[in-house]
Amino acid sequence: MHEMSLCEGMRSVIEDQARQHNVTQITRVRVEIGRFAGVETKALHFAFDVVMRGSVAEGAELVTLDLPGRALCYDCMKEVEIDARLDPCPLCGGGKLMPQGGDEMRIKDLEVA
Amino acid sequence: MCTVCGCSDGETKVHGDSHDHHHHQGDHHHHHHDHHHYGHGPAGTEVPGMSQERLIEIETDILSKNDRFAKANRAALTAQGVLALNLVSSPGSGKTTLLCKTIEALGDQPLAVIEGDQQTQNDADRIRATGARAVQVNTGKGCHLDGHMVGHAMEHLALEPGSILFIENVGNLVCPAAFDLGEDAKVAILSVTEGEDKPLKYPDMFTAARLAILNKIDLAPHCDVDLDLYETNLRRVNPDIEILHLSARTGEGMGEWLAWLRTHLAEKAIQEAAQ
Repeated sequence: MHEMSLCEGMRSVIEDQARQHNVTQITRVRVEIGRFAGVETKALHFAFDVVMRGSVAEGAELVTLDLPGRALCYDCMKEVEIDARLDPCPLCGGGKLMPQGGDEMRIKDLEVA
Repeated sequence: MCTVCGCSDGETKVHGDSHDHHHHQGDHHHHHHDHHHYGHGPAGTEVPGMSQERLIEIETDILSKNDRFAKANRAALTAQGVLALNLVSSPGSGKTTLLCKTIEALGDQPLAVIEGDQQTQNDADRIRATGARAVQVNTGKGCHLDGHMVGHAMEHLALEPGSILFIENVGNLVCPAAFDLGEDAKVAILSVTEGEDKPLKYPDMFTAARLAILNKIDLAPHCDVDLDLYETNLRRVNPDIEILHLSARTGEGMGEWLAWLRTHLAEKAIQEAAQ
């Protein structure tokens, strides 16, 4: 994924929230990232620091919370949790899995000084 | 200054009418909870009016702004019974050639094209040469089209009711997967020269696509490709995906593709009527 675009999306959400809540300094941003969201956490941290410069979240700490990957196995028709996108079904070993979640990219909360 | 969303500066350009965009719109978010913790310091001291720590819970999708633009596009398209397809692929898979041939084959079916590329108007020029209406969006440094750009491009096209809107995304199998444009379906175009494991290397795009077109099928005998393995790998990342074999150059498989388009256009007309 394009981590820079994601950080620009985050900046716009954060700035709107800061305006609405009348705050001038955000110290920590917690984001929930699904296992299948295709987000490279290191790249996200790097882009975050760059993109937040000059905003209310300049210098803020970025905390990423992993959400598990879930998929529906088309062989045993059970919803299972898998670590990697191409893993087989942990229950039946089947290889036809349709992701059912784990693509989340969500700002959970903001901590204000 | 844009009249729809107040956007002003930026790198994105919509040709036909040069127009700069930047994402500056007012925003609305879901506020599930706002927790304001005043005066609960580490030592348990409470000083009225002093805030020591404050947490704003927002639970907002990072791409929520894009999703709102996409939703507005989708509503506008459905109101007119327009079938919108987001064509995604690697650079060089043959998207523009397939589009040109499709436009010729569709004859008097009303349609329009939005072309996304980082630079140049080459692709829009190729589409316009077929007689179809096309708008070129140059994303500048951007690696994908987003809902906002497409909304503006739609304004320039004055879409006819019951038409097909082809959105040719920037050639990129990564980022466009996450950006909803308001389309009815993503169509992934994969040329047989790209390697059977492409769906495994870039699963997100093929999971997001409803249809995969295996293009340049006329080259298959010359490049030792295993077409069954392409299908196996596509179904491994998306068990629901529909697959068509096609050669835009020879016309092989074009009939099935045109039938697919007409079926989905008819479904869109039913959706419009139901509203």
